[in-house]
Formats: sequence, C-alpha cells, structure tokens
Amino acid sequence: MMYDELSPSRARRTLDVGSRTLRALGLDGPLTFVLGLIVCLGILVVYSASGQNWKMVEHHLINIAIAVAAMLALARFGTPHYLRLFAPAAYALGVLLLAVVMVKGHVGKGAQRWLDVGFMRFQPSEIMKLAVPMMCAWYMHERPLPPTFRDLVVMGALIAVPTGMIVLQPDLGTALLIAASGLIVMLLAGLALQIILVSVPLLLAGAWAGWHVIHEYQRQRILTFLNPENDPLGAGYHIIQSQIAIGSGGVFGKGYMNGSQAQLEFLPERSTDFIFAVIGEEFGLLGQLLILSLYAVVIGRALYLAAQGQDTFSRLTGGAIALGFFVYVFVNSGMVSGILPVVGVPLPLISYGGTSMVTLLAGFGILMSLHSHRKLIRS
Amino acid sequence: MVRRVRIKDHWAEQRIFTLRGVIAAGLMAALLLTVAGRLFYLQVLKYEYYAELSQGNRVRTDPIPPSRGLIIDRRGVVLAENLPAYQLELVREQVGDNAALDATLAHLAAIGMIEPDEVAGVRRTILSHHVYESVPIKLQLDDEEMARFAVHRHEFTGVDIRTRLSRHYPFGPMAVHAVGYVGAISEQDLKRIDPAAYAGTSLIGKLGIEGAYENQLHGTPGYREVLVNAAGRPVDKQGAYTPKLEVRQPVAGADLMVSIDMRIQRAAEEALAGKRGAAVAIDPKTGDVLALASTPGFDPNAFARGLTARQYDALQNDIDKPLIDRALRGAYPPGSTVKPFYALAALKYGVMTPETAIFCPGHFNLPGSAHVFRCWQKRGHGSVSMRRAIEQSCDVYFYNVANRLGIDRMHDFMSLFGFGEDTGIDIPGEKPGLMPSTEWKRHAYKRAAEQVWYPGETISVGIGQGYMLATPLQLAHAVAGIASRGHMFKPRLVTGIRPAGSNVVNRLPTEPEATLTEVSEADWNVIYDGMEAVTSPGGTAAAAMAGSTYKIAGKTGSAQVFSLGQNQKYNEKELSERMLDHALFISFAPADNPKLAIAVFVENGKHGGSAAAPIARKMFDAFLLPEKSS
Repeated sequence: MMYDELSPSRARRTLDVGSRTLRALGLDGPLTFVLGLIVCLGILVVYSASGQNWKMVEHHLINIAIAVAAMLALARFGTPHYLRLFAPAAYALGVLLLAVVMVKGHVGKGAQRWLDVGFMRFQPSEIMKLAVPMMCAWYMHERPLPPTFRDLVVMGALIAVPTGMIVLQPDLGTALLIAASGLIVMLLAGLALQIILVSVPLLLAGAWAGWHVIHEYQRQRILTFLNPENDPLGAGYHIIQSQIAIGSGGVFGKGYMNGSQAQLEFLPERSTDFIFAVIGEEFGLLGQLLILSLYAVVIGRALYLAAQGQDTFSRLTGGAIALGFFVYVFVNSGMVSGILPVVGVPLPLISYGGTSMVTLLAGFGILMSLHSHRKLIRS
Repeated sequence: MVRRVRIKDHWAEQRIFTLRGVIAAGLMAALLLTVAGRLFYLQVLKYEYYAELSQGNRVRTDPIPPSRGLIIDRRGVVLAENLPAYQLELVREQVGDNAALDATLAHLAAIGMIEPDEVAGVRRTILSHHVYESVPIKLQLDDEEMARFAVHRHEFTGVDIRTRLSRHYPFGPMAVHAVGYVGAISEQDLKRIDPAAYAGTSLIGKLGIEGAYENQLHGTPGYREVLVNAAGRPVDKQGAYTPKLEVRQPVAGADLMVSIDMRIQRAAEEALAGKRGAAVAIDPKTGDVLALASTPGFDPNAFARGLTARQYDALQNDIDKPLIDRALRGAYPPGSTVKPFYALAALKYGVMTPETAIFCPGHFNLPGSAHVFRCWQKRGHGSVSMRRAIEQSCDVYFYNVANRLGIDRMHDFMSLFGFGEDTGIDIPGEKPGLMPSTEWKRHAYKRAAEQVWYPGETISVGIGQGYMLATPLQLAHAVAGIASRGHMFKPRLVTGIRPAGSNVVNRLPTEPEATLTEVSEADWNVIYDGMEAVTSPGGTAAAAMAGSTYKIAGKTGSAQVFSLGQNQKYNEKELSERMLDHALFISFAPADNPKLAIAVFVENGKHGGSAAAPIARKMFDAFLLPEKSS
C-alpha cells in the first residue's frame, strides 16, 4: 500500500520532471505555458498575414529564438540582487544611446530611431521600456511607501528625460508606452488619490500644449482617429481597412488564410501593427476573444507573481512588467478596432518584428526570475 | 523643521501593492471588456455592412468589349469587318522606373516605331494607366513594322506585339463616305454616350453608316469579375481559396445589310478617279442607294489605326477636301439637269403643250428689260418643241417656261421632287440645297430692297442657275422620281438588320413619299421621250451612251462656277481649271423599265455630256450587263 504511493504513475512522474526542470530554469509553469501558446498562435498568424511568405516566418522564428534565449538567461541568472545593480546601469546606457541617436538623427535629417551596431540594428528606446520602470523601482526600493512628493518629482524626472528624447525622435507610440510603464510604478507604489485628482487636469493642459509641439503627421493621426471616413485614401485608410477586415470576419471568421482584406493587401501593415485585424478577419470574434483571454491570463498570472515579491523592487518591477504588457495589448487592440488613435504599437508576442518580441520576453524573464529567486521563508 | 523619519513597513507596503494590483486588475478587465464590446459591435452588429465593403474591395469588374457588327453590301460583300490587328503594347512595371520608360520610348523612336514628336503624348497615355496594364502605343502594325520590331525585340523588355480585334475596311477608301469610319472616342462623343456601354472600347462610329447606326453596330459589352489586390492588380487566388467569380459574355453588334452594290460603286469610283466629284445611284422602285461615291476619298483604315495630328491636318487642309462628302454636302447649281422637271411643271400648269413651238434666236429678253439672257447655242436653235428643247438643252425654251410659270409655281412643283429640302437619307450630314421662292427671299435678306424678287431672277432659276442649289443626292433622288413616274421613296442605305447570332435578317420597310398624281401618263411619256433623245444620236449625251444594249434616258447639265458679266465671252482657255464649269448628268435605265437612276457630278468637268455621262454609262453597264468573265 505504501509502495503504491511511493511509486507514482508515469504521468505523475513526467509532471514532476517538468516542474523540476521549470524550477531549475527559474520559470513559472502556467505563465510559460500561456506565453508559449500565444507565440505559437502568432507564428501561424504571421504565416497567413505575410501572404504565406516563408522568408518572413523564418525571420519570425529567429526573432523568437533570440527572445526565448534572452528570457531563459534572465530567468535563470537574473537574481533580484543583480537586477537591482543592473537597473541604474541599463538606464544610464539607454539615455546615452538615445542621445547618440538624437545627434545622428540631427545629422541625417528626419526620424532616427535605429542604431547600427554592426551585426544588427536596434532601437535604444526598447531598452528604456524595461529600464525606466526598473529604475523607478530601484529608486523606491530603499524608501518607504507611499512615495513622498519629492520621490514623485525624482521619478517624474527619471521618466520625463527618456520619454522626451523619444518624443523628439519622433516616436509617439513608444514614448507613450515608456511614460506609461513609469507611471505604473508610481501608481503601484501608492500614489495618493489626491495627486491623481490634481494631475488629471494638469495632463489635459499638457495634452493641449503637446498638440502644438507634436509633428504634423502625428496631429493628423489624432484627427484621423476622430473621423477616419474624412479621408479614406489618406491617413484614415489604415483604420477603415482594419475595421472592414474585423467587421467582415463576423463571429467565426473567413477561415485561415482566407481573409480577403489581408491576403489581397487592402490591410496595411498586416503582419506588424495591424495583425490583430487579420486575426479578426480570419478567425472572427471568437478568435479575437480567445487571444484577448490568453492575454488576460498572462496579465493576471504576472500580476499574481509580482504581488508575491518580497521587496519593493521586485514587486514594483514585476507589477510594471505585468501592467505594461496590458498597455501594449490595450493600445494595439484599441487602435486596430478604432477606439484609440493609430500609434505604432505592435500586438505583443504575435506581430512580426524582433525588437518588441525580445523586450517582452526579456521582461517576463525578469518577472519570473524575481519570483523564482525569492528567499523562501516558511511561515 | 523637524524631519519625520519614516521607516519601511513591509506589511503595509505589501498591502498597498496588493490593493493597487486589485484595482488595476479591475480597471484592466473593464478596458479589455470595452475592446471586446467594440469587436462585438464590428463583427456582429455591423457585420453585413463590413462584409459588403470587403466584397467590394476585392472584386473588380473588367469589361469585355463586344465585337462590332459587320456591314455587308446587297450581294453579300463585306464592307466593314473586324480583324485581328497587331499592335505594339507596353507594360510599365515590366519596363521599370520613369527613367527606364523614357529610355525605352527614345529607343522606340530611334528605330522608327513611333514618331519622335509623338513620344510626349505616348508617355502621358502610358502614365495615365496602371503600372501593370498593357498600353497600346502603336495600333495596326504593318508587315514592315512587324519585321523591324522583330529584329530589335531582344533590346526591349516590357514592350511586345499583341493581337486585338480592330475595324478593317477591305476596300479601303472605296465607299468611305457611305460606310463612314470608326475613330478614337473623342471628348464630344463622351458627352452623348453611356460610358458603361463603351467600357473597354476605344473606337466609335463617325459619319456614314458607322456613325448613324452606331447603336445597332456597337453591341452590349460583357464583363468579367476579377479578383484584385489593394494595388488593383488582378490575382488568381487569395490565400488558399479561389472565390466564385461571374462572367457575362458580351452581345455582339448587329450586322447591317446595306443597299450598296460594290460593282456599281467600284465602277463609279474608278471612273471618278483623279477627279473631284460625286455619283449617286438609286433604285427608283425602293429608294435603295446602290452607289454613293465622292472623290477624292480617304482610307478609313487610317482612322481606325489612329491618325497622328499631322496626318489629320493634312487631310483637313487638303485643297481637294477629301473629308467632305460631295454627294450629300456639295450643294451646286444643278444647271440644265433641272429642265425635264420644269418641262413637267409646264405641262402640269398648262403653260406649254408638248407641241408648243418656241423660237430660239440664241438669246432672250424680258419685255421692257435690256438684260440679255443667252442660250448656250449662240446661233440659236430655231423653232423648238418640248422634246427637242430637252434633247438640245435649249436655254431660250426654258427661259420662256420659267417666265410663264413664275418662281412660286416653280418652287412648289420642284419641292414635290425634293429640291430645297433634306432627302432624309439614313446617314447624317446632308445639306438641303436651295429652291428659291418669293417667300424665301423675303426671309433670307434683312434689307427691304434685297427682299424683293425680280422677274429676271426667275429666268436664271429656269436653267438651274441663280439662287438654285442642289446636291448630287437630291438630283439622284429627283431623277429616280421621274424614273418611277412620280412614286418617290426616301433614299436609304441600310435595308436590313441581322441581330448577333441570328441567321434571319430583319428587312426594313421602304419609305414611300408623296406620289405625284397630278402628272398624266401622256405627260410622263413626253419627258421620257425627250430624255431618251438626249442619249440618242444628235442628243447632248449621245457619244457617251453610244452602243448600249439598253435604252437610257438622261439629261446633261453644266453649271457656272462664277457668272459672266454682260457681253463677256466664255473662253475655256483663259480660265484656270478650278474656274471651269461643273459637269452634271442625271439619268435612268433601262428607259422602258427603269431599274437604276443615277446622278453624276464632276467639279470643273466643263460639259455634262463629255465628263459626267460616261461615268453614268460605266455604272449602268456594271449593273445591267451580265458580268464579264475575267
């Protein structure tokens, strides 16, 4: 009888092996599983959305491989101690590189976001997506919560410097994401209700001022968002075609690789920023709700893992990664379905394009590392 | 100021984070539900709307042009058909960018495939089409051009020879004024046509039968639904699935059976070759036009091929006016050809009997007037009867007839034969000529002094001069009225329509006009006698009609291009060729059972008997004599 319990079934043993492996790698089982599911679905969608372009799928797979490697490395070796040491360095490096890009852009005219480092090109602004919230969390780590006004000013400056530099690039979408990730840290740290009530009117005033600072094409995007039918072949074209794609998909969709809007290239940026519309056209409402549900599970699980953090840095960093991921999801699905203006934000883990894939999975690697490297105290 | 020392409280901080996390989770759930609601709105509530938009996005309807109806002569000879034509076409996206396009056009001009001064226009045309469309840059290549391009073909990408259906007129310039031609659709054409009916068609009927029967000849275009991508480029399939696409075949235009007999037409045009003139042959029993010639003509194939501006200007400015249809639009003084008609009028109104003898001293004066009207025969004809007056074309006899009838009775009677008004032929462009009357003159002039009709003006009209003008078609129509003894028919070219895909020809009914009941058989016989005498030995057209096996009735005429002053003598040699008299001849045959009525007009041909009558003779022979074995 006792032997029965001591010799578990084969299935049970396999599970044990799996969970032991995950723990050894510093990964969280449920989160890893759902992330993997989303990435796999993404590969299928990219194949269809690219017009069955194998070359693009190959690139996509390479990007995934790099991103997974980054995630595994960070999950295994990125202990909270190292990460805390690493945060200010990453932030400083990021600001430096942004400055380099700015100078280069000044020389080369027009938008400059990329930095060529020989074997690859990358956007320094991507570093900031992780470095800004980590820097804010690092700053709050030793200080008691909720943050004092002075703390808020310091964090505000930490956020404003890189955000401003990215706005000047100009890359409104990324700037918004980075500002949001920093603000999330402030909110999670316990930003007082009164301050929120005061800052909303201030933000509105800032928006008014911002309207006069931003580039004409950015202003056009916002205007187009307000009334896309105004100029069907101009700036409103993206939104109209994307809504046609989603709407014509109906409940069940037109079927895999059968979306006419996507396959016949009426839908612009079909495999990058507007890939959510391809899902809507080919898999319908059900397909899109499935994807949104998977995202919700990821966010929920990430938030749960963050809440289990043992120190301020872990909790705030983890929370910022979880909520930052949500901002990605919401901004992209919102813009594709026409309730938010078109800003260049990809659909996380699905859109073709390496940079965001690497940043996102690296973020989850950090999140899982912070969780798996807790000092376990029995209560 | 005492600085309060705050100590980190881990439990409190944990609670703050958990609380904020829960609030954030709630907020995020609400926002995700908003997106889900938006998706529900788009995909469920507005599904039909967006599904329709998406369908419209991806399917384009491409027109399939109908093939144009044929034009077939009365004996089954095809006068206008559709033939595959070889044309040079260019696909921009295969050529490359604009620099490559310019280089290609320059090269084409260098090897002589396009004119250097056409390059700019061709370039504009190419750029106005989609990059993937095959744009014709030279229509209807001839063998020499085909060969020339074949030699250089390897030097070009994106330029090739393609086959398309194009209009072809096997007889070239022959009967061009009757058949008309097709040309590129102009901006004026676009105003009156339904663009949908001409989608995919670049040619439209102009003038003649091609113009008048455009609606019947054109047909109805079909369409083919084509799957297109966002750039408008046709594609085979979308992803893995090929949708069902509709095709509707075009309905070809109807074939037209025309009254032209190419044997007569050819005889007329060969006889008129090198001259400026016109010849019209009409079947007096039906009004069918068997020949309608005007020379010089032009090659309608050049219009279907597309004329360069230079070529068109050359035609337009040609001193011989080849584009003008002299048969319908040439209004000339009819001269002596009107004499048989006035003779009939004289009999009808009783101002002459067939036997009434008029003495011709070679000139005529109105009582109380010093103005002398001369007879062409200076010596005078002596005493002439009506028959002899027609045979000899005695001017003095008809001065007397005119004087006795008065201009208004002349006008009323001549109107019965259609003078002064459109014949109503079924092709556009004819002119009404002019049959003057006192009333006409009252309306034609502004000043009171000019509105008065003078008796002397009546005398000139009596020999088909003065104000009177008639077209060759009007003369043929009128002489057909004599040939049918007053049973007039509206002249027509199209006798039947054969709908596409049918073997049955819908025959169009003839259109009888008012019958001249006032003229007795005996009166007709007098006129026939006189007109037969014209072609008999001693008559003015005897030489041209000698040796014919059938009897011909006719009347010669000549008309002054400008009038001579009093006492001036007519001297052929002093006049330049274009100042010479016009020559006319009207006739019908066989005289005892008329089958064909003909009017011939030769600009500056001097004498009707020598210049115009031989042409009519050749036309009669072509129709009435058994075909010579060749």
